[in-house]
Amino acid sequence: MPNIQISNLEAIPGTTITEHLGMVQGNTVRAKHVGRDIMAGLKNIVGGELRGYTELLTDSREECMSRMIAQARDLGANAVLNIRFSTSSVSAGASELFVYGTAVVVE
Amino acid sequence: MLGFGVFLALLAIGYYFGKKNETNHFRSLERREQALAHITTNTLKTLPAGYNSSAFVTGNVVISIDYFKRLMAFFRTIFGGRINAYASLIERARREAILRMKEQAHANNASMVANVRIETSSVFQNAQQQLGSLEVYAYGTALK
Repeated sequence: MPNIQISNLEAIPGTTITEHLGMVQGNTVRAKHVGRDIMAGLKNIVGGELRGYTELLTDSREECMSRMIAQARDLGANAVLNIRFSTSSVSAGASELFVYGTAVVVE
Repeated sequence: MLGFGVFLALLAIGYYFGKKNETNHFRSLERREQALAHITTNTLKTLPAGYNSSAFVTGNVVISIDYFKRLMAFFRTIFGGRINAYASLIERARREAILRMKEQAHANNASMVANVRIETSSVFQNAQQQLGSLEVYAYGTALK
């Protein structure tokens, strides 16, 4: 299975784009966890980083990136360029993470 | 009466620990920023010449304001004006996210992070809270 290169620039160093395969995207909606929320409630008093949430969002972003990469792989790409992220809160306690980019073949 | 006591206790705890956390955080930010100052950042989309490999790097942080500052900010929203409490919170989050991204770039032996984008969102906001917590996400392409 070829390794897919990810970049938010318009090119990959030392390569040229030979084929454009169109836009690929991945998304995920995540809700928070009750246990984490209790800890976050305590943290809301003293302030500071909410580590549980930081990890949750990191995991979620990895998940939507892997969906985007799977799509690019199906198209036969070996790189995804100029990727962008977008975050929106769908409802109280849930947020949507979205990533999109252009699948290309580079040589 | 008991309710008021709890409220005052929360305020005092929030003030003391919030202030301590913030001072420590700013100190650690400064130290780590100096250590990673050799990695330059830019926001240009085009690939600069002279690099042979790239890697995607990210950094994020979710940060929460303390009880005392939340109350101060609440009063500010009545009279209007600059809310310093939130300004410093957002600054801390942004610098932390950029630093985490740079730390990843450093692990990749990169000398530059190109096309850095920063996204700020108030995720996981619930109806009871003024501003629950805030997330800052920074991403870019590390070049070496």
